[in-house]
Amino acid sequence: MLDYVTSYLSSNTTPGQAGNLVWALIYILIVFGGVSVAVMAMNWLERKALAHFQIRLGPMRVGPHGLLQPIADAIKLLTKEDIIPERADRLVFWIAPLIILCASFAVYVVIPFGPTHAITDLNIGILFMLGVSSLSVLGVVMAGWASNSHYPLIGSLRSSAQMISYEVAMGLAVVSAILMTSLNPSGTGTLSMIGIVEAQQRQQIWYLFKFFPLGFIAFAIFAIAMVAETNRAPFDLPEAESELTAGFHTEYSGLRWSLFMLGEYAAMIAVSSIAVTLWLGGWLRPFPNALTGATWDLAFSLFPGFLFLILAAVAWVGVIRMPKHPYFRVQTLGLAGFGVVLGLIGLVLFVPPVRDRIQDIFWFTAKVAFFMYMYIWYRATFPRYRFDQLMRVGWKVLLPISLAVLIGTAVAGVVL
Amino acid sequence: MPDSTPHPSPLELSSPDKTFLDSNELILNMGPQHPATHGVLRVILKLDGEKVLGVECVIGYLHRGVEKIGENRTYAMFNPYVDRMDYVAAVSNGLGYCETVEKLLQIEAPPRANYIRVILTELNRLASHMLWLGTHALDIGAMTPLFYTFRDREEILKIFEKYCGARLTTHAFRIGGCLYETYDGFERDVKKFIDFVPPKIDEYEELLTSNRIWVERTKNVGKISAADCKALGVTGPVLRASGVKWDIRKALPYAAYPDFDFEIPVGANGDTYDRYLVRMQEMRQSLRIIRQAVEGLPEGPIMAKVPKVMKPPAGEVYHSIEAPKGELGYFIVSDGSTQPYRVRVRPPSFVNLQALDLMVRGQLVADVIAVIGTLDIVLGEVDR
Repeated sequence: MLDYVTSYLSSNTTPGQAGNLVWALIYILIVFGGVSVAVMAMNWLERKALAHFQIRLGPMRVGPHGLLQPIADAIKLLTKEDIIPERADRLVFWIAPLIILCASFAVYVVIPFGPTHAITDLNIGILFMLGVSSLSVLGVVMAGWASNSHYPLIGSLRSSAQMISYEVAMGLAVVSAILMTSLNPSGTGTLSMIGIVEAQQRQQIWYLFKFFPLGFIAFAIFAIAMVAETNRAPFDLPEAESELTAGFHTEYSGLRWSLFMLGEYAAMIAVSSIAVTLWLGGWLRPFPNALTGATWDLAFSLFPGFLFLILAAVAWVGVIRMPKHPYFRVQTLGLAGFGVVLGLIGLVLFVPPVRDRIQDIFWFTAKVAFFMYMYIWYRATFPRYRFDQLMRVGWKVLLPISLAVLIGTAVAGVVL
Repeated sequence: MPDSTPHPSPLELSSPDKTFLDSNELILNMGPQHPATHGVLRVILKLDGEKVLGVECVIGYLHRGVEKIGENRTYAMFNPYVDRMDYVAAVSNGLGYCETVEKLLQIEAPPRANYIRVILTELNRLASHMLWLGTHALDIGAMTPLFYTFRDREEILKIFEKYCGARLTTHAFRIGGCLYETYDGFERDVKKFIDFVPPKIDEYEELLTSNRIWVERTKNVGKISAADCKALGVTGPVLRASGVKWDIRKALPYAAYPDFDFEIPVGANGDTYDRYLVRMQEMRQSLRIIRQAVEGLPEGPIMAKVPKVMKPPAGEVYHSIEAPKGELGYFIVSDGSTQPYRVRVRPPSFVNLQALDLMVRGQLVADVIAVIGTLDIVLGEVDR
């Protein structure tokens, strides 16, 4: 048994590939726990960032600077009365959020956080990802249908039409990136997520810059389509608050509603991970060609530690700026403790073995975080598209461009 | 076969036995509790998929019988009630009522009172338009302008609060003039405000005017022709956006408006985008009026000689002013007693709302929201 467990540690591959179920399970728990925590952090960050875009403070009361707000929200949602509308289709109503949740979490099975940090590496990873993530349409349609109410019905119809149309452009953009992986002497491309990043490493270029501007356009199409795919502003018609109150989840409340939210945010992180993997070099650190050499490698490897130290410093500045009133004592102590924890994590990240192991995960997460911030930024800036305009953008703008990019990439791959 | 009734009730389904899923038509009940109907408006939509076949407004959820109350109060006592109609432009309501009663009593407010009235009314127009812009943008999906406009509207409310103690339902004017003299630093505050606001209006315009999604959502949406506007009695920015240069401040001047130099912005297409542009221009014109008024604020009394017990001669009077939302008219019948025999209000929101059905037919659900926003209705005024 012990041999079975330790055998994986000596192998230089993912647990799925090593066929080691114990480690696969451990990885699954880590990834799913991590994603859940990330969703909570994203929830806090979105409220804070959005508030600051809008000259507000956002949550300030629950914990220092509202840090515990997501936990308070979670407790509130879990303890809420569970309401199922009287004439709803109970079984379907019950299954719908689970389908959305499962679909968006199952995607994480193939996401590579590092060359070995993935649950498994399917040879059709990207296909699996697109297929599973589009299953969430089913959940949306079921939720809208089962609620037996007009607003959810219209919301779910809009949502399914939107997700299906944007998947076409999205898929074509993905194909053009996959085509780039076949630019090697043997001429064979790969659909494996790890393989795609390794292909970028071998070709020494992120696909964002490959055949400029072809790679960039494909990336831009994907970046737009993924916002539509996850029903976020400015494509948030299915849950257009001002039109359809809350769209397909109007009738949901409490725990079930929170499952929808969890699924939505998990899906946002998942599609961002696809974009990072395909175009931004996955776990590779920035400037691998320009800033080479052992010194630069060391400098970049110290980056995660310094980032956490800076965050700790920010927390400590917050401690100093806290009002000196007994009322705020608990909050001040909490923020100080939080700063200490961040600082300790930063120091741990400087230790060489940890430093080397954490590198890939850090750069991957940093790139995904950039997309998450963009999501918030879009939401603060853009008005909402109308349904027909949304369809027009999908079918008449993005689809032809992505087709042209695909053909252009194929031609460029042969000619250049 | 052509439809013999031009405006059939949207409530009539093709067959009463069909549920909404069997037929092509779907009746959607929007409101009275809905985030985008600006209060307790209930709109019944008849939809074919996303396309709107017809709209019927159900109003009256906020009916408080303001006009009836007017028959049981003396002229002065009724004054605060009118503030509760269009509560985001309470000062305009009060101005209209006071001027109507003054017309009935054949007295005139002194010049200083008229100037103060103009300053406060125009400030209120700005506040009303800011609230409109924020909520209209929020309906179309842009969250952020709401907070910017509320931040700047706050400065106006602060001036109101300093002037008369109330922020929203101000009761700022009295029959015959103003009760309160301007407070110390009133002129400084107002001047500071009119210097502070233009960059903020630029900020709103920066977010929206050339925003591609905003333009797509508002251009050619909820179009209404000048002829239709006139037929329905639509007034205010909605009428002006259709190209009719009609502003009561210029056409039938009242208060101190003849003294000021300002323009009437008009649109060309009568669509939602034009109405947006007209209102943005109006905000700048209001600032112009306020600047002239506060710089030329005359000295003198603020109250005309008004009898302690107001007993206007028997007769009737109609007087209208340009409220932020359109023509706000008061029709008062006096029987010679201390109380009006009948008070009738011509509320701009109520009249403008009647154009909703015409404006959204054949458009999409999302456009209904945009058009309700662009009509700038306040349900307190629609229902009274």
